[in-house]
Amino acid sequence: MMGLKKNIIIFLFFVFCLSNVHSIEPDVFVQSTVNRASQILSEDITKEEKINKLKLIAKDTVDIRGVGFYSLGKARKNLDEDQKIKYSELFESYFLKSFSSRLAEYTNPEINVLGKKVLNTNYTIVNSLLVSTTERPEVKIDWRIYTKNPDNPLIRDLIIEGLSLARTQKEEFTSILNSNDGNIDALFKVLEEFYKK
Amino acid sequence: MFRKFALITISIFFLAFNANAGSDGELILKKNQPAEIKDCFENLNRATFAFNQVLDGIIFQPVASAYKVLPSPLKNGVSNSLSNLSTLVTVPNNILQGDVKKAGINSGRFIINSTIGILGFIDVAKHLGFPEYEKEDYGQSLATMGVGPGCYLVLPVLGPSTARDATASIANFVGGDAWYNVTVKNNTHYFTDFDYYASRVTAGVDFRAKNYDAIENLEKNSIDFYASVKSLYLQDRQQKILNTNKIIETQDDSDWEEIENQ
Repeated sequence: MMGLKKNIIIFLFFVFCLSNVHSIEPDVFVQSTVNRASQILSEDITKEEKINKLKLIAKDTVDIRGVGFYSLGKARKNLDEDQKIKYSELFESYFLKSFSSRLAEYTNPEINVLGKKVLNTNYTIVNSLLVSTTERPEVKIDWRIYTKNPDNPLIRDLIIEGLSLARTQKEEFTSILNSNDGNIDALFKVLEEFYKK
Repeated sequence: MFRKFALITISIFFLAFNANAGSDGELILKKNQPAEIKDCFENLNRATFAFNQVLDGIIFQPVASAYKVLPSPLKNGVSNSLSNLSTLVTVPNNILQGDVKKAGINSGRFIINSTIGILGFIDVAKHLGFPEYEKEDYGQSLATMGVGPGCYLVLPVLGPSTARDATASIANFVGGDAWYNVTVKNNTHYFTDFDYYASRVTAGVDFRAKNYDAIENLEKNSIDFYASVKSLYLQDRQQKILNTNKIIETQDDSDWEEIENQ
């Protein structure tokens, strides 16, 4: 009986240890992500190739589905299942194009992670600094990291000098919906057009 | 004509004025939430925004593009001088907001930078360890007194604003800006009207040049550029009013928590 109890304790201890081995600290995750992106941006390849490689990083590290539904605001409550699927697909294409095109403009950016603040079990804000060059001043960038699954942290927002990209995108989507009497198809059309252009 | 102007000013002021004597940080935060600010004149604002974009393409963008390639020390010097001039508006607003200590620090900064710093060209105060400079204006002071922003506005040439901030900026022309007083309002023999207007135009070019790539990038990747600029402007104002750039103080986390069950 004592032997069984001991075995169970040892087993649980190993499970606990293993689960912590894979847990990634949000600040380490951000630094590794920016290092990967930075390496691609400094490579001697075409802009198109850079964009494609950046898209792969974004797919790996950004919670695109979560950001998409956040951007939709209250309108997400009115979607049926088919619309949700269609929106998720359209948003992913739109997001990857928009995100990678924005990043591809930078050459060899140097970002240093400075610290982090745990908001709750779901979110940690990681603080970083884009080092200044002769072309631009230094820029403070905060990252909202979704940590519900500590083994797989994901980026949900970039806050540049205190200005949230997700919030800006949400207000952009709201504006399009408001100018079209809340018609979700109008937003689908705009997203499609952006992706195709 | 003056009567009409006064009536418009008063009505805009009342539109913006929903003061609350007992307002605290939370109330100020709520009032200045970008999502809470109404775009009452959206069609007119969009038309003015389009006009400003054309003006930007013809004047500001090409000038900023040329300004951008000037040597960094020169650009930094110009930027420092403009920042130094803005202290003349910041100090009275520090006092209006009850921050006498900051008013003292900023007065000291202005004296040191204007003299040792050669008319503000070199930020000597920064090298001496003065705290980071934060601009204040009359719109921010009204906000801290509990005045709501009113409707969102896009002004010709000047760009995004709110009813409160546009109204408050009138204070600059009725004695609230010492730089305006010694250049345009009074004949001091040392400065002319040109000095004031040149400094304002240079400030516009300096801002455009500093944000050149960011603006181009945003325009290219936005699906509604007007809405993006509006959102960024209102977020920025909210931060300046609260004197913080900490995201946890300006964002409502319940927005994010809501999508958990999506």
